[in-house]
Amino acid sequence: MDPLMPPPIRRIVLDREPTVAPPREPPSGANGSASAGAALAQRIARQPVANTRERMSIEGVWLAYGDNWVVRDVSLPVRQGEVLALIGASGSGKTTLLRSLNRLTEITPGAARAGRIALDGTDIHELEVNYLRRRVSMVFQQPNPFPMSIYDNVAYSLAEQNPERGRRRRRRSPELGQAVEDALRRAGLLDEVAGDLDRSALRLSGGQQQRLCIARALAAKPQVLLLDEPCSALDPISTATIEELIISLRESVAVVIVTHNLQQAFRVADHVAFMHLGELVEYGPSEQVFDRPREQRTRDYVSGAFG
Amino acid sequence: MAGAAASPTPPTAIARPPRERISSWPLADRMFYGLAWLSGIGLCVIALWIVVFMLIKGIAYLRPALLWTRPAAGSIHQTQAGGILDPVEGTLLVTAVGTVIAAPLGIGVAVWLVEYGRPRALARAVDSGIEMLAGVPSIVLALFGLLFFSQGVLTFVSQPAASGALGQSFLACGAVMSLIALPLIFASTREGLEQVPPRLREASFALGKTRATTSRYVLLPAIKPSIAAGTVLGMGRIIGDTAIVTLLLGGAAQLTEPVGHAPVWSVLRGTGSTLTSYIYYNSPSGEGNAHEKAYAASFVLLLMVLGLNAIVTRLTRDSLDGPRGAGSRIRSMVGRFTPVRDMSGTAGRF
Repeated sequence: MDPLMPPPIRRIVLDREPTVAPPREPPSGANGSASAGAALAQRIARQPVANTRERMSIEGVWLAYGDNWVVRDVSLPVRQGEVLALIGASGSGKTTLLRSLNRLTEITPGAARAGRIALDGTDIHELEVNYLRRRVSMVFQQPNPFPMSIYDNVAYSLAEQNPERGRRRRRRSPELGQAVEDALRRAGLLDEVAGDLDRSALRLSGGQQQRLCIARALAAKPQVLLLDEPCSALDPISTATIEELIISLRESVAVVIVTHNLQQAFRVADHVAFMHLGELVEYGPSEQVFDRPREQRTRDYVSGAFG
Repeated sequence: MAGAAASPTPPTAIARPPRERISSWPLADRMFYGLAWLSGIGLCVIALWIVVFMLIKGIAYLRPALLWTRPAAGSIHQTQAGGILDPVEGTLLVTAVGTVIAAPLGIGVAVWLVEYGRPRALARAVDSGIEMLAGVPSIVLALFGLLFFSQGVLTFVSQPAASGALGQSFLACGAVMSLIALPLIFASTREGLEQVPPRLREASFALGKTRATTSRYVLLPAIKPSIAAGTVLGMGRIIGDTAIVTLLLGGAAQLTEPVGHAPVWSVLRGTGSTLTSYIYYNSPSGEGNAHEKAYAASFVLLLMVLGLNAIVTRLTRDSLDGPRGAGSRIRSMVGRFTPVRDMSGTAGRF
């Protein structure tokens, strides 16, 4: 590496939104903490989705990097029609579990797995990996649009492998243009960028970039959308926009979100799974996990005793 | 709370830290400091001297007509030596052939090595193979190339000769030239790929794209500036090389008659000269003995190489002219820019 080169520019990552922490009651034994959730934040208003259906099932999954088991015997359902939030302290295995759902863990050397993960009843390891990743697509912590135009970003994801080049407007097919606009509309970005789809995606704001990434993930028409701390690099207003988007998406896709941010989990999730050191400690409806946690560790975590 | 109403005014006297005095340094440090200054300035003076000297000499003898007059074959007398049209054409042809072969190879190998690289042992072997290639003197490559292309089966690259093939042609010369450009293109593409942040690859994989699709549509477009810089450096290297031309292009000042009838191929099967070999033959130590023409040709060659250097600088410099500047896309993605490892070899090798 050339010592004369400047160091890489990194985005400043905000781990938590700068919201004022609500007063917390001390974690006091059995019946103490009344409704940690109520004190946290308002849930985003929502209509319950009438028919939820199970999309993925995680059955006794163990995951390891090398000799280090980072996920231990986790079983969870992933349903369309609801948002599942994975919460837990750093190193609890949430992100690894999330990445294993579309086999993205496989690109890390030394990753190993045991147990079964099924998509609509089929073991995902029997599916062709690229087919699986189009069915179960992912949005990352850092907005990572490709260095091309907004249009090309979405068009790239629409195609199975080789995208139709959209450089020249004349040569674009109207169907493709329609599909690109649909994806952008679903991600709530179309109105802001409609005039200029040829603009470089890197010139969008952070929140817009992240919504573009969601649009890109949606363009592949997935059944499951995985979100790995999608708001941790964003400001509160962009975060609110994306949270509302997540809620509106859950009707058509199953949404799994990993978050460090308890308020966020409470605002968006229908079900919450709390993980600690690789184990699934508690899984249940959001209100139950936040207000009436069954496990002491969960109670400590959601009331802010650690993590 | 003295001036609560008035806006704060900056202090007029700004205390600066006292400058460090060199005289307070130990003697050894001072001597070293002086030497460093001297050698730096000395190098600048030498570089400037060469450029200015060649420019003055060159301009003195350069007539526009030289550029479109063909050199007179076999003439010894300065005034009858003709122009440098054929060497200029030859340089362009050899550079084109060399680049067309080297660029896809170099880029392809770099993509394979960075994105696939399996089995490991093969990747290591390829890596050290290219490193070795970069270290081989071009005259050795030239000799090997001459023997290789003289084989009878390879007559289609040059022309028939008494013992198999002649082994000299633009194609043969360009092919060997591609070997000296390849390491530069490879290194620069590879560094570009290695600096693409992993999240860009992950994003593409997470959309169900194969490594091949990812490389073709995301990675290579993102590192275009690195690839271009490497390619231009490689071209500079080809333009400046003399040894390979001397052995593999023959000594004829003029382009020879096309060999065969295929449209472009026939010209490329012929022999000729480049600016470097022209300068060599016409220099005081060569046989042509037309110094003035050599100076003029040097001037043209220098212009070409300086032009290529300017292109590299433009491609690799940090964009100060706003986000639309060349190569800024990747810089904002990658954060830092593509370094070109080896700048040597751009300015002509003799």
